[in-house]
Amino acid sequence: MESSTPRKRVFAMASQGGHWVQLMRIVPAFGDRYELMFCSTKADYASVVGSDRFVVTKHYTRRTAWRMLPVFVSAYKTIRRFRPDVILTTGAAPAIAVILAGKLLGVKSIWIDSVANAEHLSLSGRIARRIATRVYSQWPNIAKNSGVRYAGNIFG
Amino acid sequence: MIFAAVGTQFPFDRLIKIIDAVVADLNEPVLAQTLKGEYKPANITTVEVLPPAEFRKHFDEARVIVTHAGMGVILTAMEANKPVIVCPRNPEKGEILNEHQLATTARMREMGYVYVAEDEETMRKLLSDPDLKPLHHVGPTASESLVNDLTSFIDSL
Repeated sequence: MESSTPRKRVFAMASQGGHWVQLMRIVPAFGDRYELMFCSTKADYASVVGSDRFVVTKHYTRRTAWRMLPVFVSAYKTIRRFRPDVILTTGAAPAIAVILAGKLLGVKSIWIDSVANAEHLSLSGRIARRIATRVYSQWPNIAKNSGVRYAGNIFG
Repeated sequence: MIFAAVGTQFPFDRLIKIIDAVVADLNEPVLAQTLKGEYKPANITTVEVLPPAEFRKHFDEARVIVTHAGMGVILTAMEANKPVIVCPRNPEKGEILNEHQLATTARMREMGYVYVAEDEETMRKLLSDPDLKPLHHVGPTASESLVNDLTSFIDSL
């Protein structure tokens, strides 16, 4: 990349626990290639990536999907402010609200389905297939059966 | 030291009970992050939730990690190069919504990445082995092929 080219802006989002750990095994591999903004459902993670480039959002699961609205609203605001070139997420359910907000604002998104879904795409992953620009599974057999992309996994 | 963690969503009393029964005969301290479980173990030091930095520290200090099939704990243990014993949550026992932990555990066992113990006997065999070896070590980042595929896509936008 030429030094005169402005860096692409990546909005990296995952909910807590394993989803966040998986995101943290991908994004640091980019080095300083991109300008980054992180988002998760757990405020503590600000200490991991630096509070100046972290926003917290609410958590919801498919059992509490009505809480999607506040996640959507905060994602919409953050995306409008940060103006990312792309949203990159490893799930889970709250990430659907984030890529949906991105889509309404014309921002492309990449969904990497959690490695914890070894038999078929997660429910969120199946929804993401209709919203995200590109969807990956971390298992070749699932990628083949679901018509999504496979390029490796977070095990390395 | 044995470090056990059951994720950040729901307690997992069945696993804590199994560990508690097994370590009664072992002369080794156990720390478990249990969330708000109802079962009160006799032989385990419990903590509801640890802050991220402290949580990570216990992986380095532990001899072995015991967990549900949550990828956060499993990956962190593999990064720390520690043996991992997995007890997947079973939907038939009301421990989780679906079978994805059972499926993922089966795949990781096939790949030779983790030990699996769903009952006291197997857990006892594994925890009482002082030379239990780590099965799979991972570096700090994902597959190079995945990272390259992502960067070439992002750069093309």
